[in-house]
Amino acid sequence: MSDRIFGGLGLALALFFIWQATLIEESFISDVVGPKVFPIIIGVLMALASVWFILRPDAEPTWPGRGRLLEIAAAVIVMVLYAELLPVAGFLIATAVASAYLTWRLGTAPLQSLVVGLCISGGIYIVFRVILGLSLAKGPLGF
Amino acid sequence: METLASLGDGFVVAFTLQNLGLALIGCFLGTIMGALPGLGPSNGVAILIPLAFTLGLGPTPALILLTSVYYGAMYGGRISSILLNIPGDEPALMTTLDGYPMARKGQAGEALAISGVASFVGAFLATWGLVFLAPQLVKVALLFGPAEYFALFTLAFATLGGISSTNQAKAAFAAALGLGIAMIGVDGQTGVPRFSFGEVHLYDGIDFLVAIVGLFALSEVLIFLEHRGEATGAEAAKKIEIGRITPSWEMLKYCTPTMLRTSFLGFIAGVLPGAGASLGSFISYSMEKRLVDKEGTFGKGDPRGVAAPEAGNNAAAGGALVPMLALGVPGSGTTAVLLAVLLALNITPGPLLFAQNPDVVWGLIAALFIGNFMLLAMNIPMVGLFTRILLVPPRILMPVVAMVSFVGIYGISGSSFDLLVMVVFGVMGWGLRKLDVPLVPIILGILLGNRMEADLRRALTISDGDWSALVASPLSIGLWAVAVIGFILPIVFGRVVKARMRMARDKAGSTSD
Repeated sequence: MSDRIFGGLGLALALFFIWQATLIEESFISDVVGPKVFPIIIGVLMALASVWFILRPDAEPTWPGRGRLLEIAAAVIVMVLYAELLPVAGFLIATAVASAYLTWRLGTAPLQSLVVGLCISGGIYIVFRVILGLSLAKGPLGF
Repeated sequence: METLASLGDGFVVAFTLQNLGLALIGCFLGTIMGALPGLGPSNGVAILIPLAFTLGLGPTPALILLTSVYYGAMYGGRISSILLNIPGDEPALMTTLDGYPMARKGQAGEALAISGVASFVGAFLATWGLVFLAPQLVKVALLFGPAEYFALFTLAFATLGGISSTNQAKAAFAAALGLGIAMIGVDGQTGVPRFSFGEVHLYDGIDFLVAIVGLFALSEVLIFLEHRGEATGAEAAKKIEIGRITPSWEMLKYCTPTMLRTSFLGFIAGVLPGAGASLGSFISYSMEKRLVDKEGTFGKGDPRGVAAPEAGNNAAAGGALVPMLALGVPGSGTTAVLLAVLLALNITPGPLLFAQNPDVVWGLIAALFIGNFMLLAMNIPMVGLFTRILLVPPRILMPVVAMVSFVGIYGISGSSFDLLVMVVFGVMGWGLRKLDVPLVPIILGILLGNRMEADLRRALTISDGDWSALVASPLSIGLWAVAVIGFILPIVFGRVVKARMRMARDKAGSTSD
């Protein structure tokens, strides 16, 4: 069933892609092929593969239970927040929080997680900023 | 002779303090990444690419660092295969068959040592193969026009799934997805924006480094999160006694013919499109088993059963560099990632690379020789150090991987938008892996999409819109034929080969218990 849903999504994506390709505005100077043809070929290939998934699906993969799916969703939200807040909070704080969360969810005890988070953040800062001189995001506190 | 002179120049390039240091660091990091289950060579190289950039390394030093990681990871993969019965990366799967039984007999140290030597022999001979074969292939490549290149790219996609692929439709879907992503951004030939929906960030297209790190590294973190709390290898590692870590002369002599034969076989498997290191180690093991296993000791801890797949997969790793450097078409996942490095450094691999940037090519090859000796030195006496690194639990390792990925990507562009795109790719990579869709064609699609389209359009411009120009020369007809055969063959044989690889493993598993 998963493969069939995937095929349906793929087909929708392929059709959307082809539709968008036909909307590309051509400029007045163009080569014989133009910017539309290759994307349309790709879209057709994708559509064919998707139809194949619908017709001949593979065996069902083992999806995680609801709890684990939520777990993954939560981790993704943390990563998104990290990406958004990195320039605001600065590297050290944002990284310490994000890595403490991740290590906690991967099975480190809560208090230990804080220590691990701080160590990862500090370690990366020392290696990449102090030793290698990379520019990392600066927060209001200057680090 | 000309080749040897170029190689000599390469050694001059490689023998600077900086390059030697980078090779050393690369070998060390690579071995660690290969050894840790879950961090394969493609992951390892992918995480380090952004770093190599932000450090402002020139093309040659950056390549030396990253190919040392590549070779190092190939060496490292065997460590967890032998000690934990968990392959550190896919090609090391066959090493578990005899490596783990040897470890259980108390010969873990000897197994590590003999496999280290075998890795060295395989990689060393394959690098010689690269020296002599690549310039020959370049001569052929000079005959290629746009139509031939278009056929060659198609061939790369068609065969990338490899002979062990079970579902070619999924490989085709992945390729289309990657090519589609490459189309995003301003069209290079006419200057019109495509698929960018008015979003300014998308005008430049999607940076392939962002996609690679997201697909490989972040999705790995999500996979670990999903399987949290399931058996980890760290506990098992403590139980195994390492024993002596130098191989005896008798054992070396005993394994030498095996190593030489399988190096040759692995190299061929590496050069051919669609075979790669996994198949190299598989073929090597099966052939040796058929050839020398008179007493039925393979699978019960025969040192030759450890030497064969290790020589085979390291030779294949070297062989895979041949088409990547000479044609610009990678034959495996990791070489696809290495191609990304080259493109990001503004170097287009292929025949012109040998003519225009001989210092890069030969410096790189020389660095591979040097790296090999470093790896041998690291992997025999210092192997104990690496076994200790296996004790780092994934719950600490994985957050580090995630954070280093973020740091690397942020270091290149300094934009939150790229980080978000990377997270999207991470989630996508996780979903696609669950559905058994291969990720490598996606990467290759993103990398090659624009060049492939440019070649198609150039070929048709030359022929004034006549599509039959794509199959006009015997060379391109040959390439198309191989592409079609390469795509169809796995549909017929794929299940058989994959089933045999599994069966070999299951059988060995049951005899060792």
